[in-house]
Amino acid sequence: MYKIAVMGDRDSIYGFAAAGLEPVVAEEAADAAEKLRRLAESDYAVIYITEALAEKIEKEIARYADRPLPSIILIPGVTGNTGSGLRSVKRSVERAIGSDIIFGE
Amino acid sequence: MAQAQQNPTRMELTRLKKKLVTARRGHKLLKDKRDELMRRFLALVRENRELRERVEEGISSCNRNFVLARASMSRESMNVALMAPKQEVYLETDTQNVMSVEIPKFSFRTRTQNKDDIYSYGYAFTSADLDGAVKSIADILPDMLRLAECEKACQLLAAEIEKTRRRVNALEHVMIPQTEESIRYISMKLDENERSSQVRLMKVKDMMLESAHHYKEKLETE
Repeated sequence: MYKIAVMGDRDSIYGFAAAGLEPVVAEEAADAAEKLRRLAESDYAVIYITEALAEKIEKEIARYADRPLPSIILIPGVTGNTGSGLRSVKRSVERAIGSDIIFGE
Repeated sequence: MAQAQQNPTRMELTRLKKKLVTARRGHKLLKDKRDELMRRFLALVRENRELRERVEEGISSCNRNFVLARASMSRESMNVALMAPKQEVYLETDTQNVMSVEIPKFSFRTRTQNKDDIYSYGYAFTSADLDGAVKSIADILPDMLRLAECEKACQLLAAEIEKTRRRVNALEHVMIPQTEESIRYISMKLDENERSSQVRLMKVKDMMLESAHHYKEKLETE
């Protein structure tokens, strides 16, 4: 039985608690990295993380990219959409194909 | 570019020929694998993109709703309202094998079966905006889970495609040409050896005939 967590600053995530996701408040990079590691090692299959926070701990997130679980997904925070979620999709296209043929703008 | 040291023997030649056959077959199989992975990846990535756009749109409208709710309520009463969530999501994971890549499949159950039974508070002390906000998050949840599944699958497939592509290229541009080159080198060397031993034999035969019959002396005396 797996659970779902949401990480980010307080204002962006506490709404998700109402929907049954586990909110994990983190704002500093070191704190967030540690919490992410703990979540990933216990039984959380999906971890949503706000784009603003994800930018601070990019390296930590990249470590889980090639593992089947957990799935770490960027979501926009309350401060707005920085587009880094779509950029990460774009990066995987570039990695697979060599050049970006889906999001070619 | 024959490899540095290659024993030009028949045994080596047979070995190389076998290796070439294996390399060609491997190349063909890997190429097929790459093409199939690519086909699936492209379909997934298109879905991923659509889902992501939808989810991002949904989440920003949720956030707008929450900001509205916060504006019309005190922070304390809002915290109290959301303190003990009624809803819980349980996730079951399964894996699906796509061309030997294990991608996760999620299926989720919620604690309360009724879709409208998600409000963890009485309606007396909270604003209507909060109801809307909570509802909008509950609505976007299935899409968010599908996104998690889809995006992870894309990442894993991308890694596998990258690996497979490297292998295909290594076989196509390095292994196969090198082996072909070695085979050519060895078979030429063997041919050359054969010719030189034939010439040597002819020469020896001439010399033996000469010593037996003394043709040259006979020619001179006549």
